[in-house]
Amino acid sequence: MRLVYFAWVRERIGKSEEEVVLPEGIATVADLAGWLRTRGEEYAHAFENPAVVRAAVDRHHVKPDAPIAGAREIAFFPPMTGG
Amino acid sequence: MPTIRIQREDFDAATEAAALTRGQTEVGAVVTFTGLCRAEAGRLAALELEHYPGMAEEEVARVVAEAEARWPLEGVTVIHRYGRIAPGEQIVLVVTASTHRQAAFEAASFLMDYLKTRAPFWKKEHHADGSAGEWVAAKDADDEALARWQPSAPRAAE
Repeated sequence: MRLVYFAWVRERIGKSEEEVVLPEGIATVADLAGWLRTRGEEYAHAFENPAVVRAAVDRHHVKPDAPIAGAREIAFFPPMTGG
Repeated sequence: MPTIRIQREDFDAATEAAALTRGQTEVGAVVTFTGLCRAEAGRLAALELEHYPGMAEEEVARVVAEAEARWPLEGVTVIHRYGRIAPGEQIVLVVTASTHRQAAFEAASFLMDYLKTRAPFWKKEHHADGSAGEWVAAKDADDEALARWQPSAPRAAE
């Protein structure tokens, strides 16, 4: 599964994308964020307040309870500030 | 077909508005909105706009489709820039065309409110004094601006 990061989520993790193999039992976006938090200080920093980190599954905005089965690309990013 | 472009280059609002109405004889109203980078009382040297390539185009298209479903539009153009943008330079363009002004005004306002909260763009400040800049925080006011479209608005793609 491909993960992509933007803005301060990207800066804190220190990379813009990576391929990961998920352990058993990771079913939702929230599960994925919780697992990422355990992968090191940089991830813990990026997800220290999971409520403010938004996600997209295959380029569609989703909520934390969204399932990730079959997803090709999952993105994590702060609230958007375009326009 | 709406025109949607996510680009580093600048744009010309008059050219885009003219392109939207060229050859059309039923357009009675064109609204053009241009968003520019502010210096914030001299504090900023520039904004750096990061975007999610691919999703940015797709999400803008989804927002435009919602506007088209809600108002009788004869044409829509949205251009959003990314990269480093200095104070006074243009960031975003929305052009809406309709037979009457109300639809064109409302659709342009709706598009901007939704682009600010749903289009995957993020602004980082570059300070004029050279100190490290911060990512711009999302404003509650931007979320509140959405509320006025809610009663009969199409559901957000969440």
